[in-house]
Amino acid sequence: MKIGVVTFPGTLDDRDAARAVRHAGGEAVELWHDDADLKGVDAVILPGGFSYGDYLRCGAISRFSPVMEPLIAAAKGGMPLLGICNGFQVLAEAHLIPGALTRNQHLHFLCTDQKIRIENNNTAWTNSFSQGQEIVIPLKNGEGSYQCDDETLKMLEGEGRIIARYVGENPNGSRNLIAGISNERGNIVGLMPHPEHAIDALTGPGVDGLGFFTSVLKTMVSGGMK
Amino acid sequence: MATIVVDVMLKPEILDPQGKAVASALPRLGFTFATDVRQGKRFEILVDGDPTPAQLAEVEKAAETLLSNPVIENFTVRVEK
Repeated sequence: MKIGVVTFPGTLDDRDAARAVRHAGGEAVELWHDDADLKGVDAVILPGGFSYGDYLRCGAISRFSPVMEPLIAAAKGGMPLLGICNGFQVLAEAHLIPGALTRNQHLHFLCTDQKIRIENNNTAWTNSFSQGQEIVIPLKNGEGSYQCDDETLKMLEGEGRIIARYVGENPNGSRNLIAGISNERGNIVGLMPHPEHAIDALTGPGVDGLGFFTSVLKTMVSGGMK
Repeated sequence: MATIVVDVMLKPEILDPQGKAVASALPRLGFTFATDVRQGKRFEILVDGDPTPAQLAEVEKAAETLLSNPVIENFTVRVEK
């Protein structure tokens, strides 16, 4: 199972994302932002970082990178796609998921081990978790406050598309404590905290993050998201 | 040569923490006039000669596509001589 990891100029977490894929038992394939070629991968991760220096708006310039054209088409066709942190911002800028990520309410960059609750374990990236499972993975962002209009929020709540919520105090001002959401089909997931940094007790707060990567392998074995 | 100015502002219903921080810094410096502050972005786009309606339409399109995110922001386009 080949999982592509895209590197934009300014991406930071591509190596960790590729390592997480390998830990889960998949084959990580490097994808380059300037190359409109998905190299035959079965799924793609847009990792965290500061692509294009966060100029203009986070993810706004990356969204128009050459790799995004085949990627958007493939994801709309059902290919699993996970955007983590900056990758979540790219998904929002590409309008693959609703809403937008804005400056943390308290304006500070935050970096902490965050407890989140899996609210929907029926997506391509969360099916290894149990419904309502609480896990701890790192959260590090400056612009992680999820915002959308009331109607969109109601739709996300009603359709079970909030896939993870922060537990405890709201760390960044996200509406309804949203840590991650999915598209309608459940193959595209945007997640603000970083599961790829929590796959090995030696280098992270635990191994809770691994489930996102084993989930997508399970999804592909079972034939994808219908 | 003319300058096309695109102003981008967060929609009124979107929280603007930067504007709030500025609003709370002003009174600390003795400036007590502000009841609220919203912070936005201004783009100055230089073109040769007077912009044509077609060019302005292109700028509108660029503002909608790249310069602003219509999910959270509004924009205006005007020409400065």
